[in-house]
Amino acid sequence: MNKRWEVFQNSSDYRFVPYIMAGDPSEEATIELSLALEECGAAALELGVPYSDPLADGPVIQRAGMRGLAQKVNLEKTIELVSTLRKRGLEIPVIIFTYYNLLLQLGENRFLQLAEENGVDGILVPDLPYEESGYLQEMCSQNNLALISLVSPTTREEKLVKISSEAEGFLYCISSLGVTGIRSEFRDGLDEFLRAAKANSHVPVLVGFGLSQREQIHQFENSSDGFIIGSAIVKKIEELEDELLTNREEAIKTFKAYLESLLPVYSR
Amino acid sequence: MTTATVPDHRGRYGVFGGKYVPETIMFALEELEAAFNEAINDKEFNELFQKELAIYSGRPTPLTKAERLSETNGGASIYLKREDLNHTGAHKINNAIGQALLAVRMGKKKIIAETGAGQHGVAAATVAAKYGLSCKVYMGKEDIRRQALNVFRMKLLGAEVIEVTSGSQTLKDATNEAIREWVASVEDTFYLIGSAVGPYPYPKMVKQFQQVIGHETQSQFTQEHGGKLPDAVVACVGGGSNAIGMFAPFIEKDVPLFGVEAAGLGVDTDQHAATLSKGSKGVIHGSLTKLLQTNEGQITEPYSISAGLDYPGIGPEHAYLHETERVKYEAVTDKEALEALKQLCVTEGILCALESAHAVAYSLTLARSMNKDQAVVVCLSGRGDKDVHTLMDKEGGEYR
Repeated sequence: MNKRWEVFQNSSDYRFVPYIMAGDPSEEATIELSLALEECGAAALELGVPYSDPLADGPVIQRAGMRGLAQKVNLEKTIELVSTLRKRGLEIPVIIFTYYNLLLQLGENRFLQLAEENGVDGILVPDLPYEESGYLQEMCSQNNLALISLVSPTTREEKLVKISSEAEGFLYCISSLGVTGIRSEFRDGLDEFLRAAKANSHVPVLVGFGLSQREQIHQFENSSDGFIIGSAIVKKIEELEDELLTNREEAIKTFKAYLESLLPVYSR
Repeated sequence: MTTATVPDHRGRYGVFGGKYVPETIMFALEELEAAFNEAINDKEFNELFQKELAIYSGRPTPLTKAERLSETNGGASIYLKREDLNHTGAHKINNAIGQALLAVRMGKKKIIAETGAGQHGVAAATVAAKYGLSCKVYMGKEDIRRQALNVFRMKLLGAEVIEVTSGSQTLKDATNEAIREWVASVEDTFYLIGSAVGPYPYPKMVKQFQQVIGHETQSQFTQEHGGKLPDAVVACVGGGSNAIGMFAPFIEKDVPLFGVEAAGLGVDTDQHAATLSKGSKGVIHGSLTKLLQTNEGQITEPYSISAGLDYPGIGPEHAYLHETERVKYEAVTDKEALEALKQLCVTEGILCALESAHAVAYSLTLARSMNKDQAVVVCLSGRGDKDVHTLMDKEGGEYR
């Protein structure tokens, strides 16, 4: 475990982990949005990689991926962005969120080498379930990189125990069935699921998928160690697209104001 | 030979196959695998499936010797396995019946399906009506425009057709959307995949329900030829369900097998769907296989005049049979397929689907290179009524 993960894991805060898409709407915007997120209290950052066929994502993140693709951002460029982020002072762990096909084409070994060179701390592959992740898991362990595991309310109990106890970085608990996106309600029995995950996990347990409002975040405070917000933030970035390209300073101000209205006071 | 040990317990055909899906649906794949294994070992289920194939779809389909087509081309005799004579007009119904019976057995009341040209959508809507299930069919906006007739058929059958506007708005995106819907509704919904693709156990299951094509062919051919097997078997390949069903009983036997991909405007252009000839290893729709993609892994849009072959991936078992060289995969252009379609029309009085015309085209080349006492069997996977519009656009001038 590296220093950045140590800080993340030892923190007593209720952790806020945002997701944004690399290159949406431009590489420079991604850099400034990332720094703004850290400034507003992000404990780690998930950086999405644009992909033609994102089958775990809803419409909001699909559109962000199209914008990223239009900027010709790929997996390699996304990793290299992290190096720029480090030079610009970003200190929180960065997790590359990529579909497996992109990783396969770059090559797992090449990925690990680039990740180390550019200051990446973890990787999350939404279409690589536990059963298929053996090789990547081993390679990541050898290279001191966290492979972020996901568990879902539909995960069988013995598997939940296994994944939770082996999790690195943080454990990602999917709060609702379906793809990423904004939701008004969550399923029943979620607290129980989160508690079971927490009971077995050595790393912080975070809840994600569908969160978009402060009240929803409060709902999980007692049963988890933090929360992930993707679509709601990406949607705000979409609204600010033109401004981010023409008047970035103003756009970042608006973005920060939005984050302040969204986040609980203590996580800022 | 090569396939006795595939798929392995992890759903692998060599390196191909597997389950590359979000964690949320992993339990559903396990549940499906258990239910499927139980069903195919249950005599009652198999008898019911065979009975439905017979009294609902009209099986066995004939094996027709194409006398005049063979004479015109010279060389080996050409036999047609008449999947076009199935209820709804193509082999797709075999698999749809099998999976629907399994859905009923598992107590699922809702099915979802993806479709490109609409043939699988029609088959899914048909079995949903017959077995009293609700049915949502995901179809790309672009395909809805191109296949208005099939869209109307599905609606007549009581299915809901959902327009997919993501990505390139075709079959690949409709499949993504169906998977997304499945992730959201996995607890009470059965995903009825139309081809030998997708995460394990789908490729195995689709083969199981389609292998009736090959088994009937084998028994019909050997009966007519005193126990002798055909000298070659040919089938078209998009995702590969009619081909894997046709090849199934022959894979372990000494029979040359040929899969025919769509070369579109030519495999040296960027307008083709020749996944095995031109693609590379990667993951699409939950399975590790060969696919058409950029160097960086963005999946590219294929092209073929035939909507059913217009798919950037291929079933993992075909990728394996290609790599082990058990099956030879060839590519046929739009133009060659159209010529074969017309020739079959005027020599045999059969209008086949554009997909099947690719197999017919290659069988003509093959037959010409063989002896008169030899025989080639072609899987005529579907009939061409659905393609009349496309044919009028392309060829109409000739007949005015």
